[in-house]
Amino acid sequence: MNTTVLKTEGLVKRFGGIAATQNVSLNVQQGARHALIGPNGAGKTTLINLLTGVLEPSAGRILLDGDDITTLAPHQRVRRGMVRTFQINQLFNSLTPQETLAMVVAQHLGLGGRWWQPLGRQPAVNERCDQLLEQFHLGDVRHVRTEHLAYGKRRLLEIAIALACEPRVLLLDEPVAGVPAGEREELLRTVAALPADVSVLLIEHDMDLVFEFARFITVLVNGAVLVEGTPEAIANDPQVKAVYLGHGEAIHG
Amino acid sequence: MLTILFDGIAYGMLLFILAVGLSVTMGLMNFINLAHGAFAMLGGYLTVALMQHQGLPFLACLPIAFGVTALVGAVLERTLYRPMYKKPHLDQVLFSIGLTFMAVAATDYFMGSQQQIIQLPEWLLGRTEWFDGALGMGHYRLFIIAICAALTVGLQFVLSRTRFGSRLRASVDDPRVAASLGINVNLVFAATFAVGSGLAGLGGALGAEVLGLDPSFPLKFLVYFLIVVAVGGTSSITGPLLAALLLGIADVAGKYYIPKLGGFIVYTLMIAILIWRPHGLFSRLGGGK
Amino acid sequence: MTASNPLAAQARWRPWEPVLWLAALATPWLFKEHALIINEVAIVALFAVSLDLILGYTGIVSLGHAAFLGFGAYSAALFAKHVMPDPLVGLLVGTVAGTLLGALFSLTILRGTDLTRIMVTLGLTLILFELANKLDWLTGGADGLQGVTIGPLLGRFEFDLYGQVAAWYSLVVLLLCFVLARRLVHSPFGATLKAVRDNRLRAMAIGIPVLSRLSVVYTLAAGMAGAAGALLAQTTGFASLDVFSIERSADVVMMLVIGGVGWLYGGVAGAVVFKLLHDVVAGITPQYWNFWVGLFLVVLVLVGRERLLKPWTWFSRKGAA
Repeated sequence: MNTTVLKTEGLVKRFGGIAATQNVSLNVQQGARHALIGPNGAGKTTLINLLTGVLEPSAGRILLDGDDITTLAPHQRVRRGMVRTFQINQLFNSLTPQETLAMVVAQHLGLGGRWWQPLGRQPAVNERCDQLLEQFHLGDVRHVRTEHLAYGKRRLLEIAIALACEPRVLLLDEPVAGVPAGEREELLRTVAALPADVSVLLIEHDMDLVFEFARFITVLVNGAVLVEGTPEAIANDPQVKAVYLGHGEAIHG
Repeated sequence: MLTILFDGIAYGMLLFILAVGLSVTMGLMNFINLAHGAFAMLGGYLTVALMQHQGLPFLACLPIAFGVTALVGAVLERTLYRPMYKKPHLDQVLFSIGLTFMAVAATDYFMGSQQQIIQLPEWLLGRTEWFDGALGMGHYRLFIIAICAALTVGLQFVLSRTRFGSRLRASVDDPRVAASLGINVNLVFAATFAVGSGLAGLGGALGAEVLGLDPSFPLKFLVYFLIVVAVGGTSSITGPLLAALLLGIADVAGKYYIPKLGGFIVYTLMIAILIWRPHGLFSRLGGGK
Repeated sequence: MTASNPLAAQARWRPWEPVLWLAALATPWLFKEHALIINEVAIVALFAVSLDLILGYTGIVSLGHAAFLGFGAYSAALFAKHVMPDPLVGLLVGTVAGTLLGALFSLTILRGTDLTRIMVTLGLTLILFELANKLDWLTGGADGLQGVTIGPLLGRFEFDLYGQVAAWYSLVVLLLCFVLARRLVHSPFGATLKAVRDNRLRAMAIGIPVLSRLSVVYTLAAGMAGAAGALLAQTTGFASLDVFSIERSADVVMMLVIGGVGWLYGGVAGAVVFKLLHDVVAGITPQYWNFWVGLFLVVLVLVGRERLLKPWTWFSRKGAA
């Protein structure tokens, strides 16, 4: 029995005369492994920004678990369980992975307002923090300032931060972008090991990852949905082939 | 009342010429240069010195004020300012305040702390009355308006019709892309900074009689320049122009009608505007941080 | 036993800290003739620490922190003059005054660019300056508020001419506020502040209510500055317009930069160094103190702020921002 956990209805975003997002109606199912693909400039990141509230839509609605969140502020959407990662790492450079994750977990547990107790005294926070450091193979660099971390580790931290928020819906924006070949495996395994009850919407260019990971694919071209379907259907769809062959990319099935 | 308007416009135009360099620098190099007033002061003192010691006529001093200040600006840009472009805003603030302090103290040391008096030539003194005295146009203020208007038109022309202007606009929009198009961004920066400083120097010379000139000039008027830039935005020159005019009229009118409150009005107005439109009255949605 | 202990360990007091504070508290007794200076340094250090909460922990560039210093000073002075001369109650009044003003002003600093914020903070302070100037029936205008007599501390300790009681008073208040600030900074709340400072976008994206956090910190810092202002008025018996001046706001930013932004002790260290330097240099060239300050700033920034406390990096080419 599949329920829709995240839904958009006729989402439109115009910048001046340009419609970056055109009438997008998306349905993300509970526990989904849903990929969003499309050529560069198709409006994928704009869509993510609309979903997370960084951008305000020109028209349309966004519903999370049936609630209209179209006008909610970004941090409130996070409270409701919609979390994203960034294509370009957005980390806290002066903090170590341990400090970062402890902070995020504390914030998520509602302790972010506590000012009188040192961070590191709350057992619940410490436990979860250790768990995440383990899970994301950051244990050995937990005390290294983020600005000194290798790129692959930074990318892992990027995703760890999102997971620390206990998301119900996770929006991954090109998670393996720029990750050197040696560290990609680690990252891919971590993404594949995400809990089954977390619904994942993945933006990716890397077709290997898409076809390995996704159970449902939406193709976005020029801000509008071209076609949607299972990986097999998409791989064989003539329109999709035209779009990608036209752009010089190949699709593997 | 018309006289107030007239005086306000003269004041505003003067402020515009003084501040336009700061606005373009901010928009172009994303650099908060609080030392801008020091360039104006330089132009003013230079004019006084040339007139008193060399006996040069006032009109001749104006282009010299522009030229020398522009040159000083170019040299400083190349040597001191350029390494600062990439630094955080706090550093830029500290740096430019430091320069200002140095300029103020040095001026005090060499020229003394008293107000400098400029002897305007005969033909600039005097006043014409219109409408039975309802509008009194001081000739000097008329002169200021004329010069500043001409400069404004010239600036607008350069910006929109010349190759340098389009290179400048491209560099403001995106320095990296501009560089990859073959535009010598460093040169654009240097030239712009020089002209902006030169205009400030000219403004200082023009304004000495109207605004007063003493070593505290850069700090005293800093706030006004910043108001023009913050309210007018950094993405055009019409924005600062309108902001400067608004500021000029508001200040003159405020000081005349409610002298008890004085500069108060201007500050309150500015804060209200900035709260309502944090990116300035006239800028397009956000640039900068 | 988790490896998370280092986090908690960070919050613990290092051995040298209590020593430092005990030594500080002993100075008014050890250096009786310098008690007045010690008092000044303590007040200014408190002011600097309060600014560090804003500048160092949220990254907001404020050129108008003196607004709260001045508002606290005048409030405490007026309170002592017209209501009651008890210093502790007056201190409370000054702190509350600063806090209220901070809450009000915090609404203005949330939006806009760095330049906008600089403008607004500067403008607000200038408005207060003008207000204090024009409302001279209340504030004494340009002459300042005179005749502020303070009653004995805790009903027992008279403020003596040497300034010893004053120095202790200020030092104790400094210590209390410092402890408070320290707790704050090491708490989960403080960690979220650092997150906001490092990457506001991501902070929002993990559910931190950025704007409300900024307002709270700004208000707190303002309250602390208000306390410093109250101390200033009470220990000098006087409140004058220069508490609202641009120089005050600029001086405190400089102190913080000298001592190091973002580690609380920077405010204390910077205040001590700045005050000492000021007294030394002003003794030699009183008029042109500002020139040397200006030169110092220019050189400091060109060389790179972080290198100030690392003399071995002064002459190397690489490193630094």
